[in-house]
Amino acid sequence: MTFFRNPSKEPLWKEEFSVLASDERYVTRRQFTKFLTLASLGMFVGNLWILLRSRFARARQFSSVKIAQVGEIPVRGVKLFTYPTPQDHCIMVRTGDDEYVAYSQKCTHLSCAVYYSAENDRLECPCHRGFFSIKDGSVLQGPPPRPLPQVTLVRDGSKLLATGVKGT
Amino acid sequence: MPSAEPHKQRRGLVAIDGAMALIAIILIVQMWLLSATLETYLAGHTGAVVPAALFSGLLFSGCLALNLFVDRVDRGTWHS
Repeated sequence: MTFFRNPSKEPLWKEEFSVLASDERYVTRRQFTKFLTLASLGMFVGNLWILLRSRFARARQFSSVKIAQVGEIPVRGVKLFTYPTPQDHCIMVRTGDDEYVAYSQKCTHLSCAVYYSAENDRLECPCHRGFFSIKDGSVLQGPPPRPLPQVTLVRDGSKLLATGVKGT
Repeated sequence: MPSAEPHKQRRGLVAIDGAMALIAIILIVQMWLLSATLETYLAGHTGAVVPAALFSGLLFSGCLALNLFVDRVDRGTWHS
C-alpha cells in the first residue's frame, strides 16, 4: 500500500518519475488509481456523514405563536402568516367550521409560493402545476418531490397557535 | 531503472486497466448512492441511510482491494 510511503525506501523521485517512457504509463495509472480510491473514500465518508446526522440530529425546537383568532377567516378562507421565522411564509386554510390546516407556502419543487384553489380544494403551485392535497399536504400531481411541510396548529380558547412544523 | 520484459509489461498493463475500469464503475455507483441517500434523507426518510452507508463501505473496501492489487501488479512488473 503506497498511500503512506516508508521513508527508508528509495527516494520519492525514483518511485514517481520513471526514466523509460514505457514505465511512465504505470506511474500515471497508479496515481490515477490512487486518486479514484481516495474519491471512493470521500463518497463513503459522505454516506457516514449522512448516517451520523440522521442519528444525532437534535429535534428542532419551535416556539408557540398566535396565528389567528378562531372564526377570523370564513370557511374555505385563507390567511397568510410567517412561522417559525419571518422568512418562512405559510398558508392557513379553514377547511370546515372547526377545522384548520396550515402548510409552508414554499413549493418543494423550486420554492414558488403555493396558493389555495377553493374550487379544486387543493394547494396549487403556479410555476410548474404542482398540486398538493389540502388534507395532508401530499403531492397530488406535478414535479414536487415531497409533501409540503405541515404547520401544527393548536386551539387555545379563541386563539389558534402554531406550535411546530412537521416534515421539514 | 530496470525495465521488465515487454510481454510481462503488457500483461501488467492489461491487469491494471481492468482494475481501473472496475474502480471507476464502483466510484460511479458510490456517487449515485450518495446522491440518492442525500435526496431521501432530505425528504425526511431515514430508512435507507444505514444500508446505504454499509453498502458504500463495502464498495470502498472493494476499491481499496483493487488499489492494493494494482499496487502489487505494478511493483511486480515494474520493479522486476
